[in-house]
Amino acid sequence: MKAMLAGFAAMILIGLGAWLALGQMGFSVEEVSSGPNVRLE
Amino acid sequence: MRALLCFLTTVLLAAPILAAAQEAVPTETARPDRSATGGAQTLEDILARQRGERIDDSFRSEAIGGSAATVPALGPLGGASDPEIWRALRYNKADVTASAGGDVGKVLVQDGGMRWYRFRRGPLAVYGGYLLLGTIAALVLFYLLRGKVRLDEPTTGRTVTRFQAIERFAHWMMAGAFVLLGVTGLLVLFGRMFIAPYLGKEVNAGLLTGAKFIHNNVSWAFMIALVMIFVMWVWHNIPNRTDLTWFAQAGGIIGKRHPPARKFNGGQKIIFWSVILLGGSISVSGLSLLFPFALPLFAKTFAVLNDLGVPGWIGMEHLPTALAPQEEMQLAQTWHAIIAFLLMAIIIAHIYIGSIGMEGAFDAMNSGEVDEAWAHQHHSLWLDEYKTKQAGRPGGAAGPAE
Repeated sequence: MKAMLAGFAAMILIGLGAWLALGQMGFSVEEVSSGPNVRLE
Repeated sequence: MRALLCFLTTVLLAAPILAAAQEAVPTETARPDRSATGGAQTLEDILARQRGERIDDSFRSEAIGGSAATVPALGPLGGASDPEIWRALRYNKADVTASAGGDVGKVLVQDGGMRWYRFRRGPLAVYGGYLLLGTIAALVLFYLLRGKVRLDEPTTGRTVTRFQAIERFAHWMMAGAFVLLGVTGLLVLFGRMFIAPYLGKEVNAGLLTGAKFIHNNVSWAFMIALVMIFVMWVWHNIPNRTDLTWFAQAGGIIGKRHPPARKFNGGQKIIFWSVILLGGSISVSGLSLLFPFALPLFAKTFAVLNDLGVPGWIGMEHLPTALAPQEEMQLAQTWHAIIAFLLMAIIIAHIYIGSIGMEGAFDAMNSGEVDEAWAHQHHSLWLDEYKTKQAGRPGGAAGPAE
């Protein structure tokens, strides 16, 4: 049971880490597919 | 293993067939007389298209004008009339220059999206849905007929370590990710059909936003676990002669005999290679979808298949290699979903046999410990090896693992 819970926890942590890291690296949809000259702020 | 290879070959050929079906020039039963419109499309052409019939539209796709030199009367327009320019854009034959957006920005009209959309909400959703429901129904029927695979002999009270903690960790990380990916993927595919009409579009939109977030980010855990599983278990999943015996006796699931097996039996090897190959394929197409237009897969793959002559094996001339970036994404999504449905069906069967289908099976992946009687019944060769190793260790004896 411990291994199962650890696996699930790792899955969540990896997912959150990937989300944060890719966002920081500029891979968000907003940054990849848009730019300041085409956005209405 | 040969059956597995045949199966996978069939699967791998499915996407090219689909792609080719999308691209194939239709055979026209009766060429309409277009003299009244000077060669332009007629009312019959439009009606046929609206009826969903395939028409040979080369009379339009090739009517894209010429250069100023060939059509001097249209000199100021560059040799092409407005309709001709629009047709060139429509058929992706215009010489477009875009200051931003790259190849994606150069595609101004792309009608493949409708084919993709129709396939997605039609055959993909219908056959995929029936595949999953059919698998569940077959398992329910099997359970009613066969019942749980029980231990033939009483438990000994002595346990052996079937899976180490790291193996169980990787298995459950993959399992958790796979279930989340499967559920969220099904929500994305079926939400508009089954959630929006009953719970409203707002609820569906909220669910899909969450589903997309989970699907995109949980995918990394799945891929990492896939690599861990492959590294740890590939050696144990090399097909060998004992698998033939196992298959000949249907793995002991049908009947009362229990064929010998090492750490993984023939059925488990099928599961393993399905997860590795289909999961790997889903991962690659998923990466292509995670980074849109950055990792196109199909044009190059089709070119390789064409060079190998693969389309000829099934009576096709060739697969399309000039794909718009959007078509690459459509094919990646189609492929991703088809393979995911196959893997989901296989994993549903795996979940069944690993839980309610077999007495004691869940313990192997829960605590990692299984009773010797269970190990002897289902993995007798592995148990012998295990005991030999234990006996060979200093002070070791074939006693309880804990």
